[in-house]
Amino acid sequence: MSFSTLSPTARAGLGLTLLAVLLGGALALARGARLEPADFTFNNGTEVQSLDPAKVTGVPEGRVIRCLYEGLVIKDPKDLSPVPGVAKSWDISEDKKTYTFHLRDNASWSNGDPVTAQDFEWSMKRMLDPETAAEYAYQLWYVKGAKAYTTEVYPEGHERSGKAKNDPETVAIHALDDHTLRIELENPTPFFLELMGFYPVFPVNRRALEEAQRKWPTTWETRWQAPGNHVGNGPWKLKSRRINDRIQLVKNEHYWDADNVAFNTMDILAIENSTTGANVYLTGGCDFLDKVDASVVAQLMPREDFDPQPYQGLYFYRVNTTKPPFDDARVRLALSLTLPRELICKYVTKMGQVPAWSLVPPMGDYYTAAQADRGATDGTPEANLEQNIQRAKALLAEAGYGPNGKPFPPFEIHYNTLEAHKLIAEAIMDAWKRHLGISVKLRNEEWKVYLDTQTNLRYDVSRAAWIGDYMDPNTFVDLFVTGGDNNKTGWGNPEYDALVHGAVSEPDPAKRLDMLHRAEQILMDDLPILPIYYYVTQNMVAPRLGGFYSNPQDEHFPKFWYWMDDEELAQKRAAYPADGGHNLVDPHGPAAGLYSPAAQRRRAAQ
Amino acid sequence: MIRFLSRRLLWMAITFLLVSLVSFTLMHSVKGGPFSKERKLDPAILANMEAAYHLDWPIWKQYLHYMGPLNLGDEGWFGKGEQKGSDPFTGVLVGDFGPSFRYQDFTVNDIIGQSLPISALLGVVAMMWALALGVSAGIASALRRGSGLDLSMRLAATGGIALPNFVIAGFLVILFVFLIPLLPVAGWGTLKHMLLPGFCLGLGFAAYISRLTRTGMLEVLSQDHIRTAHAKGLAPRTVVMRHALKGGLLPVVSYLGPATAGVLTGSLVLERIFNIPGMGSHFVNAATNRDYTLAMGVTLLYTVLVYSLNAVVDLAYTLLDPRIRLEDQ
Repeated sequence: MSFSTLSPTARAGLGLTLLAVLLGGALALARGARLEPADFTFNNGTEVQSLDPAKVTGVPEGRVIRCLYEGLVIKDPKDLSPVPGVAKSWDISEDKKTYTFHLRDNASWSNGDPVTAQDFEWSMKRMLDPETAAEYAYQLWYVKGAKAYTTEVYPEGHERSGKAKNDPETVAIHALDDHTLRIELENPTPFFLELMGFYPVFPVNRRALEEAQRKWPTTWETRWQAPGNHVGNGPWKLKSRRINDRIQLVKNEHYWDADNVAFNTMDILAIENSTTGANVYLTGGCDFLDKVDASVVAQLMPREDFDPQPYQGLYFYRVNTTKPPFDDARVRLALSLTLPRELICKYVTKMGQVPAWSLVPPMGDYYTAAQADRGATDGTPEANLEQNIQRAKALLAEAGYGPNGKPFPPFEIHYNTLEAHKLIAEAIMDAWKRHLGISVKLRNEEWKVYLDTQTNLRYDVSRAAWIGDYMDPNTFVDLFVTGGDNNKTGWGNPEYDALVHGAVSEPDPAKRLDMLHRAEQILMDDLPILPIYYYVTQNMVAPRLGGFYSNPQDEHFPKFWYWMDDEELAQKRAAYPADGGHNLVDPHGPAAGLYSPAAQRRRAAQ
Repeated sequence: MIRFLSRRLLWMAITFLLVSLVSFTLMHSVKGGPFSKERKLDPAILANMEAAYHLDWPIWKQYLHYMGPLNLGDEGWFGKGEQKGSDPFTGVLVGDFGPSFRYQDFTVNDIIGQSLPISALLGVVAMMWALALGVSAGIASALRRGSGLDLSMRLAATGGIALPNFVIAGFLVILFVFLIPLLPVAGWGTLKHMLLPGFCLGLGFAAYISRLTRTGMLEVLSQDHIRTAHAKGLAPRTVVMRHALKGGLLPVVSYLGPATAGVLTGSLVLERIFNIPGMGSHFVNAATNRDYTLAMGVTLLYTVLVYSLNAVVDLAYTLLDPRIRLEDQ
């Protein structure tokens, strides 16, 4: 049969029908997807890997998980100190190695079941279980028996050789009764409470998981976190989710502190492109985003809703210390002295980043970072630079390079493909070329290839960054122990290792910090890394949003968020400094504000 | 027609297997894996994670496991030994693309199920723009050959082909979102959301279609049967619509297959700019994330789509041109 046998009318009819079906389908789909605006919408910057707390590691994931789940402790949004979450109180033993948590009796899951100490025991052991294959399992390795449980396998020759030993009883996490949980640690760990507020150790609902396993024996892992099946214990619960688009949340009426939660609905967007994110924010489509494009910073800086603040992150270059000429500390110091940190912060990154001379970012009074040699500092900037250049040249000459020695071998700055990294690398390349007369080239690689190159030390100088996991120098200093997984410089120093390892079991906090400081000083004297700048936050926050605070880890807690009314907003605005950085903009949100039920009662009583 | 279709089907199966084999091998030979991160993992944890996804198996065994409903175990060559981790999927050949490595709450089937209709819808809107603009501009050009109208249309078409759609998108966003606030800046949900991305995506194709239409029309307009139609005293409008257009559009029809595939795959940049949760972004993200199953899933899906679309175009040819028979090919 051939279509040409059809009459012209039939053919036209066929075509028209086809078009109508397509258009009709399009409109039907479009109507189905129309959404009511939520009380609050924020851009999370990417699609999260999972909603299962044990399975993920990123910052965006943490933000969603803190909405859906709650740990034993939560953090104060201003200073991040641990405050009661599911646990209403806790005792710490004299030797600081045993923690006993007392759980509140009104904490419940979104399905109404009570949250018990057994839930926490089971969830933490599940996280450690090699079968779960949790990337963050090591976060709990401070617990006695935990590391062995995740990693130990039966030895060669055993009938189950190579298989996991898998005995959860060996892990020192025990529910003493429904509301008491005891955790024993290997060593006194000063940041352990803070760790209990970190999302990988949040509880998951055993019943929901096991029911999913029964219903979908082979695909339960992709089903049990889906809308409809999801059970959490956080301020919100999951309503719907469309990949690469949005996660919709509604308030969890079973949450123990629901009375203090303001937003009834919340949408979490997954916009990756920072220009698009900013456009959506500027047109009122979202009320908070955590990164903006460097190219628009100049326009954003004068606005009241963009106010970068320092936080615990370091941008630095790794130096391959296994490769001449970089195996010579004098060469590394010469490179560091002529690295144009101020220039980069002022003209490239432009958000008020602070030039870095230490591994550990400033931590207030808690810890004083050890500094690298800054060279001359007391003259004019030009004079200092000139002096540092002369000193760097002398160092290179001492190392055997320069006019009377060998020519300095050409080398490459290695970075992952991104415009911002390229601009910084260009500034550094230019400075080294001009000041030291050495030949530098740039090499960029796609993210995962870049990681592979770095791990296998196939670079000369390579761009890197590190964000602290918790407010303690250990999260930085720990990186550069000899052969450490994240060292990636080939550098090692026995004295450094001894200090870092010794600090782990040192019970005196002051002594411990001093040991870490001495370790950092060794690193900064030897410079296997060149610190460049400390990070600042890039949050754009709707001016009307209350309960949002800049803090050193840039962690935010939607539980405390609310919309201010006009009066409160006016008070906030009256307190702005007259620095030209707080020009008023559209405040977003309802003029009458949106407060939690408890806050509404407080306000009515006044 | 049956013979035509079955031959096409056979070739599609062969292509499908080849594409799967080549892309599977290529993908696994690229440096870095789904679990390589800035923070390097403890080797024991990495081993646990790789075992859960069978990445510790030899590559041929992973391929067989991926493709077929085979019960492969850890022990021996094909042994049914005790499996490490869960074994959540049965194989592509029974229509199961497996769990995504990156988006662990979704199977690849879920992801395709959510994003393909969106890409298809965007594609439909884009093709409507492309056909409406392209065909009318092409006809106008052909009828007023050599005039100022023809020249400006051709200039616009060249511009449309030469300008990348994300540049046009930038201008249109400034114009229709910020200067004249008519349309939403990004997102997906209503017809309003589709107009700008659809237009930007369709524009390049519209330009191409207008040139094809113009050429096709010019060729047909110079033929004898058109002169006859004019001689019979038919109105110029009737001559164009009934007699010339059918032949003049043939080149456009042959272009529709690749164009539709292009619309579906070419939406990648626009999906990022307009934050549309379609398939295009998975193409690149799956590769950069080393999301093996998702990357394989979208590649194989497009193999089938492009193949089928071309078959449909060949069928449509016979609809428009009686001189062509399927049996001839």
